[in-house]
Amino acid sequence: MFTLFINGIRRKVDVSPDTPLLWVIRDHIGLTGTKYSCGIAVCGACTVLIDGKAERSCQTFIKDIKGKKITTIEGIPESHSVKKAWIIEDVPQCGYCQSGQILQAISFLNEKPNPSDRDIDEFMSGCICRCGTYQRIRSAIHLASKLTAQGRKK
Amino acid sequence: MSKIFNISRREFLKTGAIISGGLILGFSLPLSAESLAKKSAKIFAPNAFIRVGTDNIITIIVNKSEMGQGVYTSLPMLIAEELECDISKVKIQSAPVDPAYNHTEWGHVQGTGGSSSVRSTWVQFRKAGASARMMLIAAAANIWKVDPSECSAEKGFVIHNKTKKRRSFGSLAEKASHLKPPKDVSLKSPENFKIIGKPTKHLDAKEKVNGTAIFGIDVKVPGMLTTLIARPPVFGAKVKGFSDEKTLQVKGVTNVVQIPSGIAVVAKDFWSAYKGIEALDIKWDEGNNAGLSTDAMRSHYSSLAKTPGVVARKEGEAKQEFMKAAKQITAEYEVPYLAHAPMETLNCLVDLKDNRCDIWTGTQLQTIDRNSAAAILGLKQENVHLHTTFLGGGFGRRANPHSDFVSEAVHIAKALKKPVKVIWTREDDIKGGYYRPMWYDRISAGIDDKGTLTAWMHTIVGQSVIEGTPFEQAEKKNGVDETSVEGANDIPYNIPNILVDLHSPKVGVPVLWWRSVGHSHTAFVVESFIDEIAHAANKDPYEFRRMLLKNHPRHKAVLELAAEKAGWDKPVEKGKGRGISVHKSFGSFIAQAAEVSVEKSGEVRVHKVICSIDCGRVVNPSTVAAQMESGIVFGLSAALFGSITLKNGRVEQSNFHDYPMLSMKNMPKVEVHIVKSEATPEGVGEPGVPPIAPAVCNAIFALTGKRIRRLPIDKNELKRI
Repeated sequence: MFTLFINGIRRKVDVSPDTPLLWVIRDHIGLTGTKYSCGIAVCGACTVLIDGKAERSCQTFIKDIKGKKITTIEGIPESHSVKKAWIIEDVPQCGYCQSGQILQAISFLNEKPNPSDRDIDEFMSGCICRCGTYQRIRSAIHLASKLTAQGRKK
Repeated sequence: MSKIFNISRREFLKTGAIISGGLILGFSLPLSAESLAKKSAKIFAPNAFIRVGTDNIITIIVNKSEMGQGVYTSLPMLIAEELECDISKVKIQSAPVDPAYNHTEWGHVQGTGGSSSVRSTWVQFRKAGASARMMLIAAAANIWKVDPSECSAEKGFVIHNKTKKRRSFGSLAEKASHLKPPKDVSLKSPENFKIIGKPTKHLDAKEKVNGTAIFGIDVKVPGMLTTLIARPPVFGAKVKGFSDEKTLQVKGVTNVVQIPSGIAVVAKDFWSAYKGIEALDIKWDEGNNAGLSTDAMRSHYSSLAKTPGVVARKEGEAKQEFMKAAKQITAEYEVPYLAHAPMETLNCLVDLKDNRCDIWTGTQLQTIDRNSAAAILGLKQENVHLHTTFLGGGFGRRANPHSDFVSEAVHIAKALKKPVKVIWTREDDIKGGYYRPMWYDRISAGIDDKGTLTAWMHTIVGQSVIEGTPFEQAEKKNGVDETSVEGANDIPYNIPNILVDLHSPKVGVPVLWWRSVGHSHTAFVVESFIDEIAHAANKDPYEFRRMLLKNHPRHKAVLELAAEKAGWDKPVEKGKGRGISVHKSFGSFIAQAAEVSVEKSGEVRVHKVICSIDCGRVVNPSTVAAQMESGIVFGLSAALFGSITLKNGRVEQSNFHDYPMLSMKNMPKVEVHIVKSEATPEGVGEPGVPPIAPAVCNAIFALTGKRIRRLPIDKNELKRI
């Protein structure tokens, strides 16, 4: 039995210690916004925040997350500047990778609130979008950065 | 005949004109959740595509699969334009399988593909909207005792023009449901369009941003088990024997079942099934394909390419004229097998009850999948209910006439009599076949002493994707699979002598259409080779094309637009090369100009792509731009990285680490320029793909003098160290 703190809620799950967090979230907690795509941490679709930092949940094991706070796409408020920017820039196509892209972007903007294009290249290149929404993701990240700054001024 | 009925009614009615509220075993797409919540609402169903609730909720039923190409936005726009409702408030629901939802151009098949969604529904959907509007107006006119011609509709209301009396569509739903649909429906003149042609954001963006969009992999039903399949190491290999002793000891594993596609491990959750697969011990009879290798295929294809194939196009006497030509150029081009690799791996959920089967999957070919399931189960087709979810990418892989991912799940459900969801791992996806075929092309041209192109001969070698499918009859003409030669047999260039022929070898590798199908290789070959000829004739590659396109004004116009926007008349920045291409596919004309540089290591950087498109009348300019960006990324992934190779019958790649995709750091700046046109709307989902590889390779040639004739681009060929 493992306890995890997910989106502010404490949950207990009965799984083997080597179970990837991805499958705990999808199959045992029942939240499906976190996606499976490669299983080997090379595509970013399964990205979640662990203590605020973007991590690949397909290669994070339940035994290693004791006491850590997990946030999935469902735990990000609708009013979050990154979600808003994604809507304004009309980013998603098929949409499957976008939860991961958004969480990666949130983590990245926490570290670099005002990123350059080069920063975006560096931080976002681990998240594959087969529909090719990169140009819009880039614009949305710049916009989210602005929205957050404006929010602070208010 | 229209009807009204309670939303709780569950069955899809036989008339084909009526549908329940999508209440299929408690599952519906989230977009319709709100309309489902109001249980007291009754619904006016004027035709197969529109539902107007007494609660004023308008639901549009879309019979095309949403896989990122934007049909859940562009098709509702067609209806909303004529219905006169607020597009931002409509709910979208995926259509069940019914003849009412058949593709208007594909006979008795409901499906999505060939970049045909807008074109094929352009009249149908607008008529559906207009017809419903006329019925709502008639209902209001009856209430007000006025002539319908005195009324109009706007943003979900019928208005009596003189008195300004208004009634909401919802308040008219019940009355309208007693009326017959009008016989004559006239459509708006384009100058009156309010929605069509205006940039409209994706109606499904919100659920795709907050994680609530339901893809096939996300659907759950009570008691559902998760299944993974141990698949053959070689295409066509059969199970000789297996031991499931260790697998059945894995906690969570419930069953092991042998099915035609391998050994299925059924478990309570994904991870248990995964471990169960690892514990399996299978002996395979590898069969005839165990010796397959890309190298051997290349030499086989290369020798075939030197022999005459089945003629696809013949004009004049290409052979004789080639022999006579002052200058003769011959080149061989090659592209590899490619996996579609949609981000959402294939999956299918089957819930089989006594005399009813429910299937949830993201498919592009509903009727064929539904019928395959019915045949396996011995059920009547109408007792198999297929529910289309969002597709996490399709690119053709989810349009398999062989119904592979649906059939195997049905086999397992049949054996177990329990609801099962099969999930493909990424390794299954990359190694599992149904690839874009490997193609080998030999192409020759003759130029006279003035630099005029006099002869063109193009021999194509590659597997047919339609052989043995229901599409074979429609797509095969005089022994030629049109999808193998499209883009090669219809080259627009003014050349007096043309010969295009085809070899369709039979190889034991499963193949399928891959975004842009035949064009994915023909554009690369034709647009690279025309560039070679231009250089051989000492002409500017843009001007050379332009001269040869005088009888093809739409090709010429997009080419000129791309050249203008790319600043073709000005020199490119030092250290960069610029290339151009033009290609027509799926009815649309596209030109792309690419700016590239090549690092010392040979790595290619694509900095900028200018894309011009004439797709006829534009329904949603936002979608057109998004699909051009998307096609360019898809084509670039293939040009720079994509390759599936075989050795000893085994696919050598397995996941995104060795079958890589373009990522943010390789993303060029893409600029899309749309030509204003009043022609019929044409495709946008695929046509952005074909021109990018030749545009990039032509730019590489302009920069380095090195001609790339095999994809993906091999950086060793461009290395300068």
